[in-house]
Amino acid sequence: MTGKRPKILVYGYGNPGRQDDALGIRLAEEVEKWSTDHHMGNVTTDTNYQLNLEDAANIAAYDIVIFADASREEIDEFCLDPLIPSEKSEFTMHAVSPAYVLHLCMQMFHRKPEAYLLHLRGYDWEFMEEMTGKAKTNLDKAFGYIKAFILKVSKI
Amino acid sequence: MGQKITIEPVTRVEGHGKVTIHLDNEGKIEQTRLHIVEFRGFERFVQGRPYWEMPVLVQRLCGICPVSHHLAAAKAMDVIVGAGTGEGLTPTGEKMRRLMHYGQMFQSHSLHFFHLASPDLLFGIDADPLKRNIIHVALQHRDLAVQGVMMRKYGQEVIKATAGKKIHGTGAIPGGINKHLTEEERDYLLHGDDYMDIDKMVSWAQDAIEFFKEYHKKNKAVIDGFAEFPSSHLSLVRKDGALDLYHGVLRAVDSEGKKILHDVDYQEYFRYIDEEVKSWSYMKFPYLKEIGKKSGWYTVGPLARMNTAEFIDTPLAQKEFELFKQYNGGKPSNKPMHSHWARLIEILHTAEKMKQLLNDPDLMEGELVTRGTKKFEGVGLIEAPRGTLFHHYKIGENDMITMANLIVSTTNNNQPMNEAVNQVAVRVMTGRKEITEGMMNAVEVAIRAYDPCLSCATHAIGQMPLEFEVYDAEANLIERKFKH
Repeated sequence: MTGKRPKILVYGYGNPGRQDDALGIRLAEEVEKWSTDHHMGNVTTDTNYQLNLEDAANIAAYDIVIFADASREEIDEFCLDPLIPSEKSEFTMHAVSPAYVLHLCMQMFHRKPEAYLLHLRGYDWEFMEEMTGKAKTNLDKAFGYIKAFILKVSKI
Repeated sequence: MGQKITIEPVTRVEGHGKVTIHLDNEGKIEQTRLHIVEFRGFERFVQGRPYWEMPVLVQRLCGICPVSHHLAAAKAMDVIVGAGTGEGLTPTGEKMRRLMHYGQMFQSHSLHFFHLASPDLLFGIDADPLKRNIIHVALQHRDLAVQGVMMRKYGQEVIKATAGKKIHGTGAIPGGINKHLTEEERDYLLHGDDYMDIDKMVSWAQDAIEFFKEYHKKNKAVIDGFAEFPSSHLSLVRKDGALDLYHGVLRAVDSEGKKILHDVDYQEYFRYIDEEVKSWSYMKFPYLKEIGKKSGWYTVGPLARMNTAEFIDTPLAQKEFELFKQYNGGKPSNKPMHSHWARLIEILHTAEKMKQLLNDPDLMEGELVTRGTKKFEGVGLIEAPRGTLFHHYKIGENDMITMANLIVSTTNNNQPMNEAVNQVAVRVMTGRKEITEGMMNAVEVAIRAYDPCLSCATHAIGQMPLEFEVYDAEANLIERKFKH
C-alpha cells in the first residue's frame, strides 16, 4: 500500500489533563483515526507529555515528521512551520524542543527527516480535560489542513 | 550599602523559581534564598473527586514523573480499599508495579546523568553554556550520548508495557494492577531488537559508574568539595535495612549516621513530619517534629537513600554501594555532588531488578487485585527518582476525596537546596559585584544536584529563563541579568 510513499510521523505532545495543552495530542489522535480508516500505511502517530531525548531515536526512522503542540503565542488558529535544527537547550530540565530533537537526531543517528512544527493556538490551561470551544475549532481547522498536507506529500 | 542578587529562574529545573542573594556593605553574603513563585493548588482540585480516579488524576500534576504520582496514589488507594498498607497485594500486583517503578527510575536517572550532569562533568562548570548539553556530548563522546538516549528509551518502554500507555497510564489501580505482562512484551524487554536488551542496560549502567569513578579520581575537588554541608537524610528502607525504592518503613539519620527516625510506619508520617510555611516561598519546608523547625530539615533522594540503607539486594549494585560507603568512611555522605554517584548506583540496581522481574513468571499470570474492608484514610509513599514522595488522602461516605496532602520530593529537599545555594554563593560571589556566567552556572549546578522538579513542587507548567538581580541595602535594583 505504501509503495514509495514517504514514512510520516505525526507526533503530538502536551498534558491532556491541562485543558488546551491537549491540542497536540488530540490532533495526533484525529490523524491516527483518519489514517487507519483510509489505510494510510505510511502514516504513524505518537503522543507524549513532552519531547525528550529518546525522540531523537524515534524520529530517525521517518522521512517526514510533524510535531504538534499547543501554543500560547498570539497566532491565528494554527500555523505549520518548517523546523530548523537547533542546539539551544530548553529552560526546563526534563524536556526538549522539537528543534533540539531534530538536531540531536542528526548528531547521533546521522538522519535528518523533513520536519515541521504545527502550532495550535490554545487559551486556557487549568486542571481540566475539556478543551475550550475556541481550541476545538482550531483543532478542527488544523486537522483539515494536516490531512491535505499529508495527502499532498504522500502524492495521493 | 547592602546588596541583593536575584537569580531567576533557574535553568534546566522544572517549574518556576528564583534565587536571591543578599550582600552586605562589604560584599559578604548575608542571606540566600531559593524562591518558588507559582502555585496552583492541586490538593484542593482533587477534593470532591471519587477516590478510584486518583492514580490517573494525579498524573496531571507533572509530565516529568507521572509514574511516581500514579504509584504513590495507587498505594494510598490500596489502603482505602482494604488491600493492606503496601504488603497486601498479590505477587503479580506488586511485581508489575515494581517493574513499572524501576522503569521510571531507570529512565529518569539516565536522563539526569547523561543529559544534565555529564555535560557539566565533561566540559566543566565554567564552560560555555551552549556547549554544556548532550549535543556536544554527542559530538565528542557519541557512544556515551547514544547510551543515554537508549537507556531513556528502554525505561519508557518498560513503563508503556506495565502502565498500559505513555500518557495517563492506567496500570496501577486501587488494590493492584489491571494487566499482566504479555510474553511478547517480556521478550521484547529481555532481548528485543536493536538496543532493547536488558543485559545491555545492565552493562551500560556499569559503564556509566566507571565513567563517573574515573572522573571522580581526577576531579576530587569538584565532586567532594562542592557545596558540602551537614544534613540529615530520610528515605524508605526495607524492614531489614535494604534499599527499597517501592516500599518500606521511614528512616532518617543525622549527618553522622545516627538514627533520628526509627523505621516508622509511614501511615502515621504526620506524627513525625510537619511542614513549615515561609512567606517568601510557595514551597513548604518539611521537618522532623521531634527535632524542630530549625534543625529538623532533611535531604531526600539518591544520596539520602545511600545514607539510610544498610545494603542493596542486587549483587552488582551492592558492590558499588560498598565502594561508596568505604569512600565515605562508613558515614553518610554530605556532599551534594555525590548524588550523581548515588544516582548511578541506583541506575545499576534498577537494571538488575528489572532483569530479575522480567524472568519472573508471576508477571505473566496470577491474580491481579486484592480487596478487603474499606477504610476512609490512606497514605501512599514511594521513593521517586528525586526522593520520598508522600500522598495522603481522606474520603467521605460517598467515596469522594475530602482531603489530600502531597509532599513531593522537591519540597522535601527545599531546605537542603537553600543550604547548597548558600554554600556556593558564599564561595563564588563573596566580594564580587559583577555577576559572571561562571557564578550563575555554579549556583545552577548546586541546585541541579538535587534534580528538582519545581513543576511538581508548585504544580505549575512554568518554564525557566534565568535572571540575576542585584539590590542595594535600600532595595534599589542595581544590576539584572537574564540567562537563556
